This record gives sequence, C-alpha cells and structure tokens, in this order.
Amino acid sequence: MVNITIDNKKISVSENTTIMEAAAQNGIPIPKLCYLKDINEIAACRVCVVELEGKEKLITSCNNVAEEGMVIYTNSPKVRKHRRTTVELLLSQHDGNCVCCSRSGNCSLQSVANDLNILDIPFKKEIERQSWNKDFPLIRDSAKCIKCMRCVQICDKVQGLNIWDVEGTGSRTTVNVSEHKTIEESACSLCGQCITHCPVGALRERNDTEKVWDAIANKDKIVVAQVAPAVRAAWGEELGLKPEEATIGKILDALKRMGVDYVFDTTFSADLTIMEEGNEFIKRFTAGELKERPMFTSCCPGWVRFIKSQYPHMVKQLSTAKSPQQMFGAVMKTYFAKKLDVSPKQIYTVSVMPCVSKKGEREMELFYEEYAGHDIDAVITTRELVKMIRSAHISPETLQDIESDRPMQQGSGAGVIFGVTGGVMEAALRSAYYLVKKENPPADAFKAVRSPAFGANDGVAEAEFSIDDIKVRTAVVSGLGNTRALLNKIERGEVHYDFVEVMACPGGCVGGGGQPIHDGEELAFERGKNLYYLDENANIRFSHENQDIIDMYNEFFEEPLSHKSHMLLHTEHTVK
Amino acid sequence: MSRLEIISPNRTRIVMEGLYKDLERRIESSPPGLCPVDMSRAFLELCHAQTCGKCVPCRIGLGQLGHCIEDVLDGNATMETLDVMEETALSIMESADCAIGYEAAHMVYKGLIGYRDDYEEHIRNGRCTCTYSNPVPCMSMCPAQVDIPGYIALVREGRYADAIRLIRKDNPFPTTCGFICEHPCEARCRRNMVDDAINIRGLKRVAADFAGEVEPPKCAPSTGKKIAVLGGGPGGLSAAYYLQLMGHQTTVFEMLPELGGMLRYGIPNYRLPKNRLDDDIKNILKTGVEVKHGLKIGQDIDIKTLREEYDAVLITIGASTDKKLGLEGEDADGILSAVQFLRNVGKNEIMDLSGKEVAVIGGGNVSMDAVRTAKRLGAKKVSIVYRRRVDDMTALPAEIEGAVAEGIEVQTLKAPASIDVDENNHVKGIYVTPQMISEIRDGRASVKPTGEENIYIPCDVLVVAIGQDIETRHFEESGVQVSRGKIVASSTGAIANMPGVFAGGDCASGPASVIKAIAAAKVVAANIDEYLGYRHEISCDVEIPKAHLDDPIPCGRVNLTEREACVRVCDFEGVENCMTEKEAKQEAGRCLRCDHFGFGIFKGGRETLW
Repeated sequence: MVNITIDNKKISVSENTTIMEAAAQNGIPIPKLCYLKDINEIAACRVCVVELEGKEKLITSCNNVAEEGMVIYTNSPKVRKHRRTTVELLLSQHDGNCVCCSRSGNCSLQSVANDLNILDIPFKKEIERQSWNKDFPLIRDSAKCIKCMRCVQICDKVQGLNIWDVEGTGSRTTVNVSEHKTIEESACSLCGQCITHCPVGALRERNDTEKVWDAIANKDKIVVAQVAPAVRAAWGEELGLKPEEATIGKILDALKRMGVDYVFDTTFSADLTIMEEGNEFIKRFTAGELKERPMFTSCCPGWVRFIKSQYPHMVKQLSTAKSPQQMFGAVMKTYFAKKLDVSPKQIYTVSVMPCVSKKGEREMELFYEEYAGHDIDAVITTRELVKMIRSAHISPETLQDIESDRPMQQGSGAGVIFGVTGGVMEAALRSAYYLVKKENPPADAFKAVRSPAFGANDGVAEAEFSIDDIKVRTAVVSGLGNTRALLNKIERGEVHYDFVEVMACPGGCVGGGGQPIHDGEELAFERGKNLYYLDENANIRFSHENQDIIDMYNEFFEEPLSHKSHMLLHTEHTVK
Repeated sequence: MSRLEIISPNRTRIVMEGLYKDLERRIESSPPGLCPVDMSRAFLELCHAQTCGKCVPCRIGLGQLGHCIEDVLDGNATMETLDVMEETALSIMESADCAIGYEAAHMVYKGLIGYRDDYEEHIRNGRCTCTYSNPVPCMSMCPAQVDIPGYIALVREGRYADAIRLIRKDNPFPTTCGFICEHPCEARCRRNMVDDAINIRGLKRVAADFAGEVEPPKCAPSTGKKIAVLGGGPGGLSAAYYLQLMGHQTTVFEMLPELGGMLRYGIPNYRLPKNRLDDDIKNILKTGVEVKHGLKIGQDIDIKTLREEYDAVLITIGASTDKKLGLEGEDADGILSAVQFLRNVGKNEIMDLSGKEVAVIGGGNVSMDAVRTAKRLGAKKVSIVYRRRVDDMTALPAEIEGAVAEGIEVQTLKAPASIDVDENNHVKGIYVTPQMISEIRDGRASVKPTGEENIYIPCDVLVVAIGQDIETRHFEESGVQVSRGKIVASSTGAIANMPGVFAGGDCASGPASVIKAIAAAKVVAANIDEYLGYRHEISCDVEIPKAHLDDPIPCGRVNLTEREACVRVCDFEGVENCMTEKEAKQEAGRCLRCDHFGFGIFKGGRETLW
C-alpha cells in the first residue's frame, strides 16, 4: 500500500494506482477529457492536472501513479487557473454550437466547461473545417474534434483496424482517416466504437430519422418496423427507465404512436436465421467443408466488412445466411406484403438497431429475382430511436407493453440473445442439437459460450460439444482486435474450430456503436445479463419451436435451404 | 561631454542573446517527421522578423511569401501559388540588398524544390506527407532502436544489470558501445531544449562498468535449423546471438584467430580495451554460438557448399580491405594501409616506431586511430596529412581533440602528390600539393590547389587511411550480385535469386558504424527466422522504473574525463574514465523520459519486443 494525501485527506491505496484512480476511490472525481482507462492514458487534454507539493509544474493524474508520501491538490488555485485556461483553449477551437449537436447534454466537454462556469472565452475562435461525405453512415465533424485521440486508440487497440490517425504536425495537427485515405476508401468496419468513445460530438452516425418521419407522413407507404434484440437492453438508459421497465413492448408502442403501421421484434427473424444458418452448418459440416477452416456467422455487418477487407481469402467461410435484419426485410416485402395483399414497393421497412454498420448493410447488393428495392429502407440506431421518441414528445412512463403484430409475432429466448456475444452460437447449437437428435437439449446446455465478464479471455470463449458421436468445436469472439488475433491463430493452424461466431463490437451488439453513450463506462456486459434474463424467462427457448416461423415455412418458404430461401434469405459474400 | 562611450549591452540585449542560444539548441533537437512546409513558414517568419525594413524585396516580399505558404497550409492555394512563390523567391534572391533578404528567400526556394511533393500534397489533398511517428528522439536516431529512456531510468536506480539486459534486447554489445559508439542518439536529445543533450553513451558505459557479469537470456527450444554466419565482427556476432536465442544453431566462420572483427583488429585497445570487448563476446558465445576459426571464404570454404550444409547463410564479412591512393610507389616498404597497420597491432605484432617519423593520410576516425597508435608505438613525430581543413574531417571531434592533445601534428590543406622512395624501395617521404578551401558543393567545402609549389613531408612510415573496401571476388564468382564494391542485398537483407542467403553490415552498406552493423543484424536475424518459417520474438522482461515527476531544473552535462595525455600515450590502456555513480545518477536524472512525457506515450514510444 502507498500512503498519500489528496486535498488534505490522508489516504492509502494499492501500489501502481494512478493519482486519478486513487482520488476517485476516495470520493474525489478529477475532471478529465481524453482519458479512457487502459486505452487512452496519454495525458493530452491536460484537464486532469493536479498540483504535487514541492513541484512547480503541474502533473497529470491519469497516467502518473501515486507514490509514497505524495501531497496532492486537485483543486488548488493554480490547478483551477490552469485547468480553466486549458478548457478555454479547447473551446477556442471547438464549434460550440451545442444546440445543434448530437451530443448536447451528453458531452464531456460541455460538462467540464459548465462545471468550471466558463461563460466567456478570451481567445480568438479558430474552427477547423474538413470536408466529409455526409451520405456515409459514419460522420466526422472536424469542427468539434478536440484531438483527444480516443478514436485513434479505440480503433488501433481494440478494433485493430487503424482507421484513424494523427495527421500533420504543429498547430495544424489533426485527426483524420489514416494513410491519407478517405473514409470510403478505408477499411472502416462501421462498428461505431469510435462514436461511442468520442467525448464530444465529433463523431456520429448519419441521421436517418427524417427519412423515417417522411415515410410515416407518406400516405402511400406502409411503414413496417423491426427492433433488434440489443435495443431493448439499452434504450431506456437515456429516457430514465429502469432496465425492467424498458421492455420491447414499450418500444413497439412508441413506434406505433409515432405512426409506424406494423411493428415487429427482430427476434422473430433471428429464429429464422437460426433455421437457415443451423441447417447450413450441419450441411457444410457433414459434407466435410469445415475440415480446414470453420464456418463463420454472418449476422454482424461490421465483421462481414472486416473479413472482406482484412481476410478476403476467408470470405467463402462465411455463412451465406443473411442477417436477421436483412431476412426480416425480405420477409416483410414478400411473405408479409402478400398477406397484406399489397405491392412490395408500398412497404417501407425500418429497422431499429444498436449498430451503425447496419446502415451500411442495408445497401447490400440484391440477388436473383428479388423484388425492386432493398430489404431495408431505413436503419436507425438506438440513439436515433430515443431522439424520435423525444421529438414525438412521448412521455416514457405512458408507454404500454404491446405485442408485435401478426403473423410474425413470436420470438424465442434464443433469438433474444442474438444481441450478446455468444448468443448466436448458443441459439444455433440449441437448434443444431435438435436437428441431429430430433429432441431438445436442456436449454442451458451450451452456456459455456457465454462471456464471464467484459473483455474476459481476450473476448474469446471456446467450447467443444458432443452431439452423439459428433464433436463440434466452437469459438465465440467479440471485438475486431480479438477477432484478428483469433483468425491469425486459425490461419497458423494453432487452433481449429468448426463453427465460429464473430461480433465486431466488444461484448456483442449490446455494446454496439449505435447504443446510448455513457462516457467512460462499458455497459455491454450488464446489458447482456438483461438479455440472458429475458431468455431464461421466455416462453420458448428454441428457435425451431417458434410457431410463426414453422407456419411461414409451411406457407411460403417450404423448408430451410429451399430454393425460395436461397433466393430471399441467403446472399453471396463477394470481395470488391 | 565625452566624444565616445563604451557600449555595454542592455538587459533586453542580454535576454535576447540567451533566447538565440535557446533557439539554436531547440533547432538542434528538432524531432523528425515535422511538416516541412510548416517549418518553412516558421523559418520564414523568423527571417522576416530579422529584416531591417530598408529594402522592398525583403520587407514586403518575405511577408508575401509567408502568405503564400499560409495559403498552402490552409488549403487555399492552387498549383499556380507554387509558381508565384518560386518566381517571388527567385526575385528576392536576385534583388535583395543583403543576406537577410536573399538567404531567407533562398531557404524558401530550397524547400520549394526539395520537397515540392509535400507542397503539392497540401494543395491537392490538404494533407502533409510527413507524420510524427517516432517521437522518442534518442530511440528514433539509434539505428538499432535501443530502449534508451528505459536503460537510463535503470541506471538512475542503480539497476545496472537490468540496464544491460534491456540493452541486449536490441544490442548485444553494450560494453563495446559504452566505449566507442558514435552515439547518434544524442544528436536530437530533447534535453537540449533545456540545457544540453544527455550523455547517453557515458551512461551505457556506466551500466557496463557497474553491472558485473550478466547472464544472457535462455534460448528458445531448438528448432534443429543450422545457420552459417560468415565473419565474426559486430554484425555477424549480433545476428548469431539473436538467431541462437531464437533456437537456431548458429556457426560463425572467422578467418582471424579471434572474434570481434574491426572491434578487435581495427579499434585500438586504448579506445576499446580488448578485455572489455571480450565481455560482450563471452556473453554472446554463452548462448551456444559455435565458432570455426581460420577459414577464409573463397579459399577454405565456399558459399555454395555452405548453402548446402546449412539452412541459411549470412554474409557479414565487413569491409576490411583498404582503398589505395593511386600514386606510384605505393607498394614501397614502409607504406601500410591503416587496416593492416591496426590489425598488426591488434594481433600483438607490435612494430617498434621509436625515433621514427610517421605520416598518416586521411581525416576519418580510422586515421585518428592510426596516428594515436603510432604515437604509442614510440614514434618521434606523427602527422595527419589531410587535403581539407580540420572542420571538414569526418572523425568525431573528440577523437581529433584527443589526437592533438597527444601531440599529433595536423597538416591540413595538403593533398598527396607523389611518394618519395629510397634505393631500397623504402618510403622516404611524401610530396603534397598545398590546397585552399573553396566553394561549398553538396554541402561540403571543396578544395583547389593554391598554385604554390609542392611541399615535402619526410617520413619513415606512411599509413594510408582513406577508406575501406570489401573483398567481393568470391561472392561475385558464386553468383552474389556486387555493385560499387558492396554486396547487393535488399532492405530485408535478402540476396536476389539466392533464397536463404542474406547479407548485412559493412559488406552490404559500405563502411559504417558498429551500431549500424548491429541494427542490420537485427533485421537479418528476424528475416532469417521468418525465412525458416518461424516468428520468434526477442523481448526483455525488465520492468522499467516509473518516470520521475521532478521539475526540469537546468543542469550541466556530465562529460567523461580522460587520463592525462602525457601518461596515456605511454601505454595502450583505456583513455576514457567512467563517471562516478553519483555523477551517473545526476546525469540519468536529467533524462526527460520522452517515452512518458510527450507524444511517446501515445504512439511510437517504447518497443517491448521485435
């Protein structure tokens, strides 16, 4: 233990504790901006400076550890004065038009400046304006960037894609897409982790809410929405709802109240995905196609973009099944349109996703004889959903639990856990077992693929299961940096699996780039627990028991991997 | 009323003089990778502030040039802006009244021509071609990328053995380098901005002197692969060390009786005591490196056979033949190449030069080694004969000073013209043509004859130290490509059309420094490992002390002292004295820890493995 004094308070902390952590543990939260634990401890913003008795120069508390006998002041006149100047300097280069900012009210710079009661900035305003393609799903506004470098670090260290980099030197130093590329030319997976780790509004998703409002307003359009599993685990955070209050039913109610005509839960198409992907796996496995390399899940578009740019030679290992979002879109514009007896063109499909990459996925190429138009017409993130609820001035407490519309109403617990790392694998194994044995396993038989904690085991969960004499070796991984490490091991032959689930975001979709932002907190694991709770208490826990899915096959798709399924529910992954 | 008065500088002037010095030191420690256009802008602003304001081109023109550069940087320029800049710069260069104006414009002009691609990148894409990627100046300047802030911090804590372990991760010759490294690491030391560069080499010497014997790390499990290394100099031994650590059985072929190459047979004992060189070599051999002595490539062994017997072959034969003056009579008795002269001494084949006059031709470090060795062999008079000035010598200033202190005559601006030989074909002296310094070409002052008559310098021994070459004949015959007297190897060390054959060090780069040979050894070791299908990593588990949070109070640099000149010339013992522990602690405490403070903590900082 190390004994130090912070703000006249004698405290004792374990060795190698940073001054910032030592203070926080003792009820003294030191303001900070660039700091991101273990990822960005670079002392760049200088907001967390403190005074160390006996030294002239202030020191940063984020990256210096407490040493025996230190006497520290976190709020001395000197600290206050310099911290204030530093924030004023930051503001002189920040487009502070907060009312028009996606992060207004959830901005670390705003909080720090407000807390310091900065009302005037004594410096000349210098705003940097770089051009950016506003049609791209990921948008960077250089006028708001405070060069904290978190985006660079999260992409380098966690996602391993190195999309962002420092550019230039001297006073013009800035952040931009690395290697002098444009964002379109880059290998960006659109995971959105840079957005959720940006302390200000410099990074955001493309705003598609107006498209949805326009479709709702259009009398000729039938607006049909789906809501992804992970959305229910997070949407209430920004609306002051407790996890148990923030149900999927209330989201569906909100959408209806906004004017959406039909509302569905993506867990339905998650079950459909399992039917297709589970059968595909058994087919490829028994055909011996997976002897060298495993089959990879394909429901995460961030991962699909990643494998296409980073491991193009492995793309053929991806499951050909479309993601639940795309499958649902296809179902809405065919099976459902038929049910309504309307033309697919009249249907406007909206999906609410925890994800930025889904905005890119909706642009996937059409195949075969697909009807005109895309499966999905608009994708909004959880954050955009919350904005829509707010702009429709719906009081969250008035929302009612309503059911999905028929006939795509049911969703299994297996479908719900699609939103968390390991969930797709677990759901697939539950049904694969049934496909082989013609009887259900215990619902929790494949729990081993669940993550024990956020980021545990480098995001990897390996498991081996025996179904009769068949041995299936599986791995689950989340986070693209972890994924790269795992793929390299597979390529070097150090490990072998039959089936691998990949989710681009650490912890899975619950930690997705489209989810509500809480600076400095990683909530994926907590949100994931919520989904596991819902699964445990679900009426049905197996995708193959979803009666609405069974009916749809009987009426429309015939059976998994049928010709029609191939036309509408599968795709060909190609490398551009 | 007095007619004249003595002017003493006022306070402003005194402060300004101090600031000029600060700026000089600051520029000296400029980090690599800065935007050259932005630097041009900054230089120009300084130049413009120096203008007296009398003349139009300088007063107005420099400002307008500045606006153009600003436009380029701000993305408001077109390609025509560059034409305007070029014309304006030329106009100022040719019409300004004094150097303040025309030299300022010339600086802009040089940039416009020299890094036009960067100007164009700014205009076309609003971006700079340069990135600030390697921000720990000492590490980025060290060819072998030794973890300098790390070992300095360890020395400060008195953890000398750990410092040696850490250095060996990137350089298996810590002791040798503590004595004779050219220390490029010190050139850009950021501490220069405060007071003076850290004495990095001196601190390495401290680590080596105080550490005692430090065992090498354990080798990786044997891979069963065999590697032949041709030449037991610093490059070959370093590569052998790392390859052995990676688990490959390495055999070094050395034609001379002992290992070390130029370190043993080129560098005199007074600079690098042989017993200290042996410390490094002993450690390298402890890893299990095998050595075969007395075999000369092309005579006793050939590359084709080696390639058949070994899984990979590395050529690190160095540059150990000499360049010739090309004068008649050069093969006379009493005329030696510096390589030969120093090698004889290294082999303990001592020449007695008592009462003799020795002339050494050349101004490099080897020349300094030759003169100081001659002095120690008892020569009555030893002279350096050099065609340019002392300022133009390539030898390190400390070496020149050391030689002068030991009573060496320096005959500058004298170009060898002809050799005078007696009836027994023994050298008697050399005629030299007096030169005068002339125009600067390619950044170096040239010389031309003054037109005066040749001067005669009598000598009993003449040593030629004008550069080294490599012995390439056998390699050429074996199909290794040779160009300009060097083995042609790619930047990975591989040799074209000869899979499994690599080259590195002086024989591939031309005569360079020890640390460059070690750096090349790291590259080839890693690539040979990869060629053999492995990916072994070299790392070091020494934990590096946390950076101190002290205020940087300006403090003088601890320089190493030397033994008294009149005493040291009588023997071959080491010249330089090590620091005391107290001095070392203070000197190490000056390190600004650029790995922790500044950009180094974000990107390009410490490399823990390679």
